[in-house]
Amino acid sequence: MAKKVVVEANINGEPIEFLCEPRQSLLEVLRDVLELTGSKEGCLTGDCGACTVIVNGRPLCSCLMLGVEAQGKTIQTVEGLAAPDRLHVLQQKFLEHASLQCGICTPGFLMSAKALLDRNPKPTEAEIRYALAGNLCRCTGYDKIVRAVADAAQTLASGQQPAGHLGSGPSATEQTERFLQEQEVK
Amino acid sequence: MAHLNGSSDGNFRVIGTRPIRHDGVEKVTGQALYGADYSMPGMLYGKVLRSPHAHAKIKSIRIDKALKHPGVHAVITGADFPEVKGVMAQVGELVVNTHYLSLNVMARDKVLYDGHPVAAVAATSKHIAEEALELIEVDYELLPPVMTAEEAMKPDAPILLPELRSRFIAHRTDPGSPEGPDRPTNVAAHIQFQRGDLEAGFKSADFIVEREYRTATVHQGYIEPQNALAIYNPDGHITIYCSTQGSFNVRTLTASILGLSEGMIRVVPAEIGGGFGGKTTVYLEPLAVLLSKKSGRPVKLTMTRSEVLRATGPTSGTKIRVKLGATRQGKITAAEVWMAYEAGAFPGSPFAPGAMTTLGPYHIENLKIDSFDVVVNRPKVAAYRAPGSPASAFACETALDEVAEKCGIDPLELRLRNASHEGTPQPAGPPFKKIGYIETVEAIKNSDHYRSELIGKNRGRGVASGFWFNGGLQSSATVNVHTDGTISVVTGSVDIGGTRAAMAMIAAEVLGLNVTDVRPIVTDTDAIGHTDVTGGSRIALATGLAVYDAAHDALRQLKQRAAKLWEKQPEEVQFKNGVFTASGENAAPLTLKELASRLARTGGPVTGRATVNAGAVGAVGNAFATVCVDVEVDPETGKVQILRATIAQDAGRAIHPSYVEGQMQGGLAQGLGWALSEEYVYDERGVLRNTSLLDYRMPTCLDLPPIETIVVEVPNPSHPLGVRGVGEVSIVPPMAAVANAIYRAVGVRMRELPMSPPRLLKELMRKQGTSVEQQAAAAD
Repeated sequence: MAKKVVVEANINGEPIEFLCEPRQSLLEVLRDVLELTGSKEGCLTGDCGACTVIVNGRPLCSCLMLGVEAQGKTIQTVEGLAAPDRLHVLQQKFLEHASLQCGICTPGFLMSAKALLDRNPKPTEAEIRYALAGNLCRCTGYDKIVRAVADAAQTLASGQQPAGHLGSGPSATEQTERFLQEQEVK
Repeated sequence: MAHLNGSSDGNFRVIGTRPIRHDGVEKVTGQALYGADYSMPGMLYGKVLRSPHAHAKIKSIRIDKALKHPGVHAVITGADFPEVKGVMAQVGELVVNTHYLSLNVMARDKVLYDGHPVAAVAATSKHIAEEALELIEVDYELLPPVMTAEEAMKPDAPILLPELRSRFIAHRTDPGSPEGPDRPTNVAAHIQFQRGDLEAGFKSADFIVEREYRTATVHQGYIEPQNALAIYNPDGHITIYCSTQGSFNVRTLTASILGLSEGMIRVVPAEIGGGFGGKTTVYLEPLAVLLSKKSGRPVKLTMTRSEVLRATGPTSGTKIRVKLGATRQGKITAAEVWMAYEAGAFPGSPFAPGAMTTLGPYHIENLKIDSFDVVVNRPKVAAYRAPGSPASAFACETALDEVAEKCGIDPLELRLRNASHEGTPQPAGPPFKKIGYIETVEAIKNSDHYRSELIGKNRGRGVASGFWFNGGLQSSATVNVHTDGTISVVTGSVDIGGTRAAMAMIAAEVLGLNVTDVRPIVTDTDAIGHTDVTGGSRIALATGLAVYDAAHDALRQLKQRAAKLWEKQPEEVQFKNGVFTASGENAAPLTLKELASRLARTGGPVTGRATVNAGAVGAVGNAFATVCVDVEVDPETGKVQILRATIAQDAGRAIHPSYVEGQMQGGLAQGLGWALSEEYVYDERGVLRNTSLLDYRMPTCLDLPPIETIVVEVPNPSHPLGVRGVGEVSIVPPMAAVANAIYRAVGVRMRELPMSPPRLLKELMRKQGTSVEQQAAAAD
């Protein structure tokens, strides 16, 4: 067994160092090493999307990325979505629209939806469905999820409600750039 | 129980509103703990070695190399399990034989399906546990696999379970013989319902439709794999954390498999990531307990997706024959239905509930239903949303569509002409109480969807209906009145789809509170009275009934306390809009909050309690749904796109309409997957070939349109709030609705599920008088 590796990454806005085995997936690191169990394991083969996180601004299945590949990356997980005193607008809309039943797929859907709204603030219904097609939900038939995302987009566009913690802070790209600059300084 | 005298008038303050669910914030922030999210100090990780063969004798298992692998703390095999005598345990709507259940969680001398557990390991990491599995040596002697009910029912079929004898369960007016012949068989049971004069019924028909159908094995497809964390204390007390629909079931079944007293086991239900019936039984829990006992450490097991698909309960594949006789005016004169349900490796398919619901929406005077429970070399099936009913509805509702076509009448009109109503005998005999079937058909008939015109080539519209009887079973509830006038509602019913909110709403309604003043709690098996599974569409109904009674019990005590403060008799105290009043001197009105702050002075805390068996008190209400779908068929590929879908369902009373709609949409979506893309694909050796969610194809966001819902409310007269239960019936009609829509789109009748592109293309080619091969050659 290969020795554990020290990995430095920015997770939910905070620079973090962790130790992981080269064979551990990012999902396993998040859940078992960093105790961030909000990202869920549904398949380990990238088919269900329950483990979706945002890496350098792009949504991806954390089960398909190795922990060691997180070196130097900026990662957002569901735990970083809400501000201490305020839910992200997507979280709020998921609750208002009753978009979750069992809730196991919800963290993945929230992260895929956030990545969508970050790059396309005014998606059509078809664009929402396309962006969420990599996330499986078995409870809802997706109807109330799609409505929540559309409503969140509209709310954000109208400026009625701030996006929330990560949404209102520096963008993922800005965070990544800052983090990389810090690394270079070291 | 006074409240069973009749339903409420429907003037509600909280019920029927759409508050945000109480457990919502934890679930959108990632803080909610599901089974796999738990860990304990010193915890080990378990993994299960599974049979790669569908049917084989285990000649030997050698575990010494695995035990010596660094990091491995325990290895168990079938030899570590006690022999269990068969006891029939009620699990949701199904009855389970604990002897077979024990053999299913760990094989002994024989493996009966690809994925059957043969050993398990506990080690310091999952990866080490996986390495250790490769060091276990199992010597198998292969036996011929029996993969379908059709094969298994042949007289010369290889026998799976040598001790199995067939049971015959007849209609109660015709007891028949309870025991079948004393010879080995794969047919575990045969149930039969009969009424009227079948021969005369068919004679009086103007025409007969007789068809044969098949449905594939499909999986519940919950996104969260099974998991269990067990801690075996040196004094023999055991705690199990797991995602389950029924914590009390886990306790009962684990105790019986391990030969322990139930009182030694505490089951803490974690948040659950879907179940749909599939998490009403045990797989990993007894293994985790034994591994913890052997290693002296907490042990957690979680399944991979491939293990979930290979070894946890899917639902039965079926073969069904339907014969309907009807007059030209659309009156069904007789019906005969023959059904074989594949149980998987051990008896216990939903063959009986299937028979009990077949043609339930219709009043047919001359009827005969035969249903068989057949073992095959596939994983033992588990309950799946209205177990048994969807397959029979696919067959009967497509045959009915042919009847409507032959009569030249609208398919909804045909259904109305034969519709069940209050007093109609159910297939199993007893008459329906007040039901809302006709109302669901009318709702679709009057819907924007059905009245809209469907234009376009290769497009068609189909309708179908479904019946599910719904469960009752046992529940317990406690209502604690806090000193600030808020309350907590404690139940043992795992919240799989928003039922905490429904429980809080019922208590808030009774006690005149805001729903935000109620905290609904789901607790463990030591902290609440017995509570059956979250299944059978029974939580709003039965646990809701317990909460309703417990809130009334708290209210009764609160009235006593107010009376004490005012030095009056409890009967003199009135309660309205959250305020206690009494006439006369020294009785200044008290809000619940004011009274709650004075409980210490009037005798101490107030806790309301109630337990119910909703079945025994006759509170169960029957559920019906009618579905309309529009499809477009791609004639080049056979792919079906769902253009529009609407479901009307009788909820009796919708406590939280958003979550009622959610159950309707979710069941319909699962039904569309069952209709079009989901199936178990086995090779000739009986090995499952599609063990990932890429190859076992469930509907995605892109596959489905918005799903329109019409909540019909015909109150259940036997429930104080009119609730019927909403979880299951939505999955019953979609498959036939899609088949009927495909027929109207392209003129072919699909009689096998799933109606996947290759199957549909084959039928389209047959209709055109070509074959796929000819078509391909022409293209070249």
